[in-house]
Amino acid sequence: MTLGLSLGIIVGYLFLALAVGLVAYRVSETTAEDYYLASRSIGTVVLLFTTFATLLSAFTFFGGPNLAFAAGPEWLIVMGTLDGVLFAVLWYAIGYKQWLIGNRNGYVTLGEMLGDRFGSTGLRALVAGVSLLWLFPYVMLQQMGAGEALVGLTDGVVPYWGGAALITAFMILYVVLAGMRGVAWTDTIQGLFMLSVVWIAAVWVVSAVGGVGAATGAMLDARPDFGSFGGGTYSVGFIVSTVITISFGVTMFPQINQRFFVAKSGETLKRSFALWPVLVLLLFVPAFMLGAWAAGMPVDVPEGGNVLPVVLNEYTPAWFAALVIAGAMAAMMSSSDSMLLSGSSYFTRDLYRPVINADASERREAWVARIGVAAFALLSFVASLFRPGTLIEVGGTAFSGFALLALPVLCALYWDRTTRTGMIAGVLVPQVAYLAVVLSAVVGFVPTLPRTVAGGWDVALGLMALSAVLTVGVSLLTAPTAEGDASRFAVAGD
Amino acid sequence: MWIPTFALLVAFAVPWPLWGVERVVAGLPVWIWWHVAWLALCAVLFSRFARSGAWERGMGLRPEAGDDRNAGPAAGGDRP
Repeated sequence: MTLGLSLGIIVGYLFLALAVGLVAYRVSETTAEDYYLASRSIGTVVLLFTTFATLLSAFTFFGGPNLAFAAGPEWLIVMGTLDGVLFAVLWYAIGYKQWLIGNRNGYVTLGEMLGDRFGSTGLRALVAGVSLLWLFPYVMLQQMGAGEALVGLTDGVVPYWGGAALITAFMILYVVLAGMRGVAWTDTIQGLFMLSVVWIAAVWVVSAVGGVGAATGAMLDARPDFGSFGGGTYSVGFIVSTVITISFGVTMFPQINQRFFVAKSGETLKRSFALWPVLVLLLFVPAFMLGAWAAGMPVDVPEGGNVLPVVLNEYTPAWFAALVIAGAMAAMMSSSDSMLLSGSSYFTRDLYRPVINADASERREAWVARIGVAAFALLSFVASLFRPGTLIEVGGTAFSGFALLALPVLCALYWDRTTRTGMIAGVLVPQVAYLAVVLSAVVGFVPTLPRTVAGGWDVALGLMALSAVLTVGVSLLTAPTAEGDASRFAVAGD
Repeated sequence: MWIPTFALLVAFAVPWPLWGVERVVAGLPVWIWWHVAWLALCAVLFSRFARSGAWERGMGLRPEAGDDRNAGPAAGGDRP
């Protein structure tokens, strides 16, 4: 009975989100630019929430509370710093610059922008390929999160693969039926919905255990080490590397990076920029504190399971717990769709058209995009069944992979002397090295290379430094190619 | 002058001076309050930055463009 109700709420909510997407699709035109960028006409609130919605992923809803539950509430500081402050600064340094450039030259993707600047189809394809590579674990993360969420909510009646399959099916349906305008609208609605619902959940749970002081007290009784800042998992190295790799990584995520091209005016970017830290805090405080407080609650979290659904099940009515999980899953679906959609535009514009089939018709291109999305989501679904790590580990890998792109891109944006060879070396070498580190952990018969050194410093941080050194060094050693055109990135004058 | 400000904002969003401190204030560890207050400060400074001419100057756009009334010089440019 309760089980039927929970599942009914979840599936019902996902269909509702799909319906909203379809309505949005009906009012949109169907040119490629519209499909991907909603004709560059997104306003402040929508831009803010649509970027915000990309935070609304399994990484935040499930991974974050899980880590806070296991290792302490410092995760709030880490995520707040990286998303609320450093990302906001990069939003300006990378995002605003890209918006200015994109607006002048009509770019739609990062690869297109760099490829045009350096006159290199190879670089364009490389950037798109690298992006698609790291998108894979992040989409997989959503499927893992959804799978575990339904296990937690239904006490294991719905198996892990069932939840993962459910969200995969909706992801594909959604992205194939509606474009970015649909995604942007629903992102806004879902962002607002989730923000309210997470706060209601926090208030509900906290009042059930006797207030904030009591919740913290119980947490400290159970885990005295949670009270002091730092220690345990949270070494200086861990905090610094996580903050840097994730925030730089976030800017290079296809769906976030494409947002940099969509704002209606510079004014929109400004307002979003200033509101960002507040919005981030509003989401992270209740979500992560619930996870940390759960350490002092008499709840039983299964190995590898998610904390949040278990806590909600314990302290709130079944319908409310189901509603929160439904909202989280719908938001995850919607942010995965943004990812898949951006990924498909990377694929068709930067790989398929320039490299494979230059004469493809618009119709054909649209079909290739749709089939590509479906295949990508299905493959990541299969990979998610193997559960290769915790949500934070899988997410962190994806973020670091993207972060390795960030410094070469910054170089290209601000330093005219950057050359094509410099860019290719700066992107390719660190990527190959990091891929070797990641794959060595997955493939059984090779020795696993260390992911962190000297107490929590991530190797990705070192590789980021390498990417910058290579880009600058090789650029200085090589001459700019004739096809390159630094003036493509000029933003002042005419 | 904004660059060091931003560097400072990023660096101390992590409450380094409270490393190892375990005092609880108003129901939460004191370093969580530091972080909350710090992000609020960031929001205020960010909005000042966005409203000042520095937002455009940082990109090498019309250094004299002052307030937000004409803050969209690029937007008014050659849109495709």
